[in-house]
Amino acid sequence: MTVTPSTTPSTTQPPTYDVAPPPATILPSYDEDAAPVVPRLGLGKASPDERFAKVGSWVAGLGLAWVVTQRLLPLDGLPWLLIAWFVLGVAVSAVTAGMTGGRIEVKDRVAESLVTGAALLVGAAVVSTVVFVALRGWRPLLHLNFWTDDMSGVGPKDGFDTGGVVHAITGSAIELGIALLITLPLGIGTAVFMTEVGGKFARIVRTVVEAMTALPSIVAGLFVYTVFIIALGQPRSGLAAGLAISVMILPIIARASDVVLRVVPGGLREASLALGASRWRTVWHVVLPTARPGLATAVILGVARGVGETSPVLLTSGAAAFLVTNPTDGVMNSLPLFIYSNVRSGEPVAIERAFAAATALLILVLILFTLARVLARPRGNRPPLRSRLARRRPSDLESR
Amino acid sequence: MTTIPTPEAELAQVSPRRLSRASTGADAVFTASARTIGASVLVITGGVGAFLAWQAYPTLRRYGWSFFTESQWQPDQDVIGIAAVLCGTVSVALVAMFFAFPLALLTALYISEYAPARIKSTLVALIDLMAAVPSIVYGLWGFFLIMPHAAELALWLQRHLGWIPIFQVADTDPNAATWDATRYVSSAFCAGIAVSMMVMPMACAVMRQVFSQTPPGEKEAALALGATKWGMVTSVVLPFGRGGIIGGTMLGLGRALGETIAVVLIVSPAFEVKPRILEVGTSTVSSLIAGRFGEASTSQLSALLAAGFVLFLITLVVNTGAAVVVNRSRSGAGVD
Repeated sequence: MTVTPSTTPSTTQPPTYDVAPPPATILPSYDEDAAPVVPRLGLGKASPDERFAKVGSWVAGLGLAWVVTQRLLPLDGLPWLLIAWFVLGVAVSAVTAGMTGGRIEVKDRVAESLVTGAALLVGAAVVSTVVFVALRGWRPLLHLNFWTDDMSGVGPKDGFDTGGVVHAITGSAIELGIALLITLPLGIGTAVFMTEVGGKFARIVRTVVEAMTALPSIVAGLFVYTVFIIALGQPRSGLAAGLAISVMILPIIARASDVVLRVVPGGLREASLALGASRWRTVWHVVLPTARPGLATAVILGVARGVGETSPVLLTSGAAAFLVTNPTDGVMNSLPLFIYSNVRSGEPVAIERAFAAATALLILVLILFTLARVLARPRGNRPPLRSRLARRRPSDLESR
Repeated sequence: MTTIPTPEAELAQVSPRRLSRASTGADAVFTASARTIGASVLVITGGVGAFLAWQAYPTLRRYGWSFFTESQWQPDQDVIGIAAVLCGTVSVALVAMFFAFPLALLTALYISEYAPARIKSTLVALIDLMAAVPSIVYGLWGFFLIMPHAAELALWLQRHLGWIPIFQVADTDPNAATWDATRYVSSAFCAGIAVSMMVMPMACAVMRQVFSQTPPGEKEAALALGATKWGMVTSVVLPFGRGGIIGGTMLGLGRALGETIAVVLIVSPAFEVKPRILEVGTSTVSSLIAGRFGEASTSQLSALLAAGFVLFLITLVVNTGAAVVVNRSRSGAGVD
């Protein structure tokens, strides 16, 4: 309802009626210059005033923190300064908010500070993880032999100009290849069965698969160790490690693919069936292509989980110091296992090599992850690859 | 002269077309093969669970209830029990959730409500990437970077909050001139911090997903009624996302219970039921398996499998609970 401001009250000019006049309506007058009863909240951009109060509070908090930690209390060191800065900054923000508003504004400001602070802390933890690993391990990475050589005949104390991790990278790739060969058809096939065929049996399968995503990775490794190595008497090998990784990521991939297939709009399926396509053709030509980006993401995230998991590999593959390319031919190394065994050796040089391998593993995961993001982008409004490489505008990144 | 066929005569011959949902031709092959794949996956995954139960049975029958109450793990003397490792598993997971839960909740709120629209998608990708970082990397981070600082924090906690039983450290004097750092490292507390980095992104991703499904109309209604942003969050976003908060937390808890390699790297093994999380030495089910599988004989392997089976049952209960909570809550409505 709009209130029309009127300078003259409507009762001054009574209208004339043929019949008896109805009771006169008194429109409320509206004073535009009067101050609002409660201060209005700006939902848009903060005014310069508010921005100054916000930034100024934190600057004041920093100053107070310096005085408190360095001059008043015996709390030396950067961590205490940061903690004090955060606590005092929140306190000063609360005070400045309380100067202009009431309790609600104070709560709002404090909550905003806490939420932003927590997000910053998480960001700092991520950055510290990546930077710390890269800083401790960058020296071996610069030697070419780190990428092209294996560790055969290289002692734990030998310098970085000998030895490398090519055997671990190859091992990881082979083990993952085996795992993918098993889980890709089975995982996506199960998801197709659960969503497209359905029925009572499919519900049982879904329940069991969802339950098995809870299987701890070490137990998956122990299962393969008991069955494949102890009971069947096979040697420790890349094949066993691949099987262990498969057991671990099969439920993960099946469940993620199931979620992706379930969000394919039912209208697309019905349209295809109404056009006379068989169920098989509907799945192959409509459902799977629609879900392809999501399926790619599900598989790649499962693979990223598999490549970094140490515990199943630890139990099943053994560790070789030399390049092994035959997965059935005895022990085989892999990146997580290489890192683990080098760190456990306690030798400073070996530990630095482990950090370098961890950096390589991080790079590998990052590549897989970027691949997943690129594939997960919707196909429709995606320019071809070449033009995207030619010019990258910031607006492309935002429109995701 | 033409004869008009009478409808009655025709109708007598017409029989309704047989409708069948049974697939024919290629569809039959498709259905059958899909069913086969589903059945094989059921056999594989269900087989793992059944195998674990089958292998665990002899151990559980031999040791009976004492398997759960005995804290020592000495197969040579025929003394085997998981009380200590279960206690360690739970304490590491609880420490992890103590750090991970508030951080995950606040970060999810920041991404969904407070972050500028420009960097929102980047932050979402960052959290997903964090979830994909291998656990051994977090293990390295926790062992080499965090543990010295965590030990100092542990000393501080013992000094000022030492009257609480969980912050006590045996055989140390917190006010000694030089503190004995070796009593404070390799503890459940240190391992829990590293594990919290692993479970935080998982819980955060689930929470953010649910928060982003909050109906925008309700949020706008709250703002239009004059709520501040925090008022909007507490009155609309958090109640709507309650299922996601609980579900994400429990999912993270399930992962924290089963985490192996970071714990193996950080803790020094000790078989003792103790609530003192700051003190050196603890053991979890998964670190027990990782440490003992190598020299295990067949019967000891069965005992390890029994321990693994118990761990699996616990994570199964936690994960199922999470799934039920997420599905029951209003948050899941209209997503399918």
